[in-house]
Amino acid sequence: MTVKTLTLPLAAGCLVASLAQAHAQELSIGLKSEATSMDPHFHQLSTNIQVGKNIFEALTTQDAVQKVTPGLAESWEAVDDTTWRFKLRKGVKFHDGSDFTARDVIYSFCRVPLVQNSPSAYTIFTGGIAEMTAEDDHTLIIKTKDTNPLWPTELWSLAIISANALGAEEDVVFAPDGECTGMGEVPQAPAFNSPDIAVGTGPYKLESYTRGSELTVTRFEDYWGGTPEWERVVMRPITSDGPRVAALLAGDVDLIESPPIQDLPRIEEAGFSVVDALSNRIIYLHMQQLDDAPGIGGTDGKNPLQDARVREAISLSINREAIAERIMGGYAQPAGELLPPPMFGTSGREVDPYDPERAKELLAEAGYPDGFTLNLGTPNDRYINDEQIAQAVAQMMARIGIQTTVDATTASQFFSRRNALEFPIYMAGWGASSGDMSSPLKSLVATYDETTGTGTTNAGRYSNPEMDALLAEAMSTIDDAKRDEMLQQAETMVLDDYGIIPLHYEQTVWAMKSDLSYEPRVDQYTMAREVKKAE
Amino acid sequence: MLVYLVRRLGQSLLAIVAMAVLVFAGVYAIGNPVDVLINPEATQAEIAATMQRLGLDRPLYEQFGIFVMNALQGDLGTSFVYGRPALAIIMERLPATMELALVALFLSVAIGIPLGVWAGLRPDSIAGRTIMGGSILGFSLPNFWQGMLLILVFAVLLGWLPAGGRGETTEFLGLQVSFLTWDGLTHLILPAINLALFKMSLIIRLARANTREVSLQDYVKFARAKGLSGRRVVMVHILKNIMIPVVTIIGLELGSMVAFAIVTETVFAWPGMGKLLIDSINLLDRPVIVAYLMLTVLIIVSINLLVDVIYSLLDPRIRLSEMKG
Repeated sequence: MTVKTLTLPLAAGCLVASLAQAHAQELSIGLKSEATSMDPHFHQLSTNIQVGKNIFEALTTQDAVQKVTPGLAESWEAVDDTTWRFKLRKGVKFHDGSDFTARDVIYSFCRVPLVQNSPSAYTIFTGGIAEMTAEDDHTLIIKTKDTNPLWPTELWSLAIISANALGAEEDVVFAPDGECTGMGEVPQAPAFNSPDIAVGTGPYKLESYTRGSELTVTRFEDYWGGTPEWERVVMRPITSDGPRVAALLAGDVDLIESPPIQDLPRIEEAGFSVVDALSNRIIYLHMQQLDDAPGIGGTDGKNPLQDARVREAISLSINREAIAERIMGGYAQPAGELLPPPMFGTSGREVDPYDPERAKELLAEAGYPDGFTLNLGTPNDRYINDEQIAQAVAQMMARIGIQTTVDATTASQFFSRRNALEFPIYMAGWGASSGDMSSPLKSLVATYDETTGTGTTNAGRYSNPEMDALLAEAMSTIDDAKRDEMLQQAETMVLDDYGIIPLHYEQTVWAMKSDLSYEPRVDQYTMAREVKKAE
Repeated sequence: MLVYLVRRLGQSLLAIVAMAVLVFAGVYAIGNPVDVLINPEATQAEIAATMQRLGLDRPLYEQFGIFVMNALQGDLGTSFVYGRPALAIIMERLPATMELALVALFLSVAIGIPLGVWAGLRPDSIAGRTIMGGSILGFSLPNFWQGMLLILVFAVLLGWLPAGGRGETTEFLGLQVSFLTWDGLTHLILPAINLALFKMSLIIRLARANTREVSLQDYVKFARAKGLSGRRVVMVHILKNIMIPVVTIIGLELGSMVAFAIVTETVFAWPGMGKLLIDSINLLDRPVIVAYLMLTVLIIVSINLLVDVIYSLLDPRIRLSEMKG
């Protein structure tokens, strides 16, 4: 009995000591969602991307503020409007020891259309390639079907995998739309759970992936960018906010993403450090422009939202400062644009003032002195404090006479109903994955058109042909300075017309042990490779 | 016996089919999974292509028809999210949930029955009252809150146990289990207690009420009068006779623990089936939801069947053929 009681704490003590030692070289991260696959070409999902970037790399990278920088390509140039020449980095090794060459790039891009059952395919990027040839092992020519100034940016999304590890033939020849030859038998997504198939050039190698439980990666000693910081990194999905914070406080994990804002003071008091950054995600209001908009009352069947004065009145009725301060606890910034300046294509436009008096005047001018009633749609589990924000907006609109009811539902239902145009006005968010203005303009406010693929998320069906033309021109302008200016003009056109109402930019927060540091990213990704030991 | 089994199987099949129809239509009514799954920057053409790839462009009755045809051949569909067979994804998670549920069941029985019997034998003692008072707490405090409190006390404040996750696993009879390693065991304790608390309270109350009833029966009085030791009276005459209602409850509760350990699994980030169900509902991953609930019905039906068999072992007077399923 005495022996037992003595040895147990002793053994526990040894365990703790050995754990602490192992700890110095090991990093564990609590993520708020789980990767659906280790196949970097399977599902375009932020969790998959942020996890995958530790193992796989692309020709280009984006730094913490989404500036495009060289990745596996050392440099590139636009030979003409549709031809790009990429100089590939030399001396790069894959995890299996083989050399990285142009063949791997061609194989990787060829594989994308061959991935089966993808819920969100990467073909939206590879579909634009007309031709791909290797001049030599480290020079690659890519011709695009249309002029695409964002090509280097988009390349960041296309992970390079090892042609050898996946069983490609010696000669891989590109042909558009999945018609490449020399591909061998292409392994499908489930095969990537094995470290023998999930072979990339990234700083960490896949060690094991237990679905629902954890993903472990280990240091790749021959990484071209220098020795990676951690010997081992464990990423655990902890989907609920409370338990994720508890895991950090209890020391189970060293860093967590998206701690709830209301818990931040407690986390800081407990001696952890918190970093935050403005994200590329804008929270906005979109208003139905069609004649027969549903959910509007007191206007004799007319749609008041078609009147720019009414839209302006709504914008002026909102006290963005109050929302950012009181509901978001200071972790948001009132927005005057669709992307936080100084990102590409922003003009530095002022935030609309809070002016309920002027708003009432505008409503009266538009012929609605007594206001009207409106349904405001919002998800209640998608954006930070989304439902509370919508409630606040509804109250503010009620003060100028627009009696607003909030219709809050879970994200899966909200998106389906929004896409079915069921809301006269809705609140949603947009993260510009390319980090430039063309992204929100093209998806949110360009005219909905299935043939050009624009306005996909324009569920208010706002349409401004002048802006469409300018945007199309910008999108075929390779010159950055000119394109920047055109995008600024296009954005100003929409905002002057109150075609969309920006509310605020979300701020992304990370909490970690005080001996760690992480440079917060605007794209909200948590990338293990960028977590460092604090100096 | 055979008639009884056939009738039970028929009923379970009916329940499974009804479940499949309801869930299929229900999930379809919530929304379109592609709206949630696809990158919002995808064009309309990409969305249409994805819908087609997942078979979501067909009318509901056609989708259901395809599902039934495949199900009859043992294929419950391919997950929209993972791109792998739904059943395989669920089976991957089953051992973790089973382990958690069985350990929780063991805890609730091993602690619940002795405490309940004790409280039943001495209902007016301080110990008896304390046990009953405690069981009310176990009943009435929400599971989620209990879990958070356990984490707060044992993981955050005291730092004795980890706050969540499954820890190290080893292979046992071909399955990955965590109770055989120290690390795994420490991860298992808190979620198992969390899951067990409610059931334990239930068993305590049930055991107490039955003990009180049985203690007054003539055969117990007779046994005492005969001069049997108190120990024998309790172990043989009382315990055996309170077991039938207890076994019923244990059976029912084990089914619900396996199928709906969702709250505990979410709070403790336990990689079991319950967490998979929640994730799948959020992403409208219909094949997984449908397969999961069908499997759940199957598990509960089988456990009930097992309970009936145990009845007949506990009480020789009960014949399976006479029971109405």
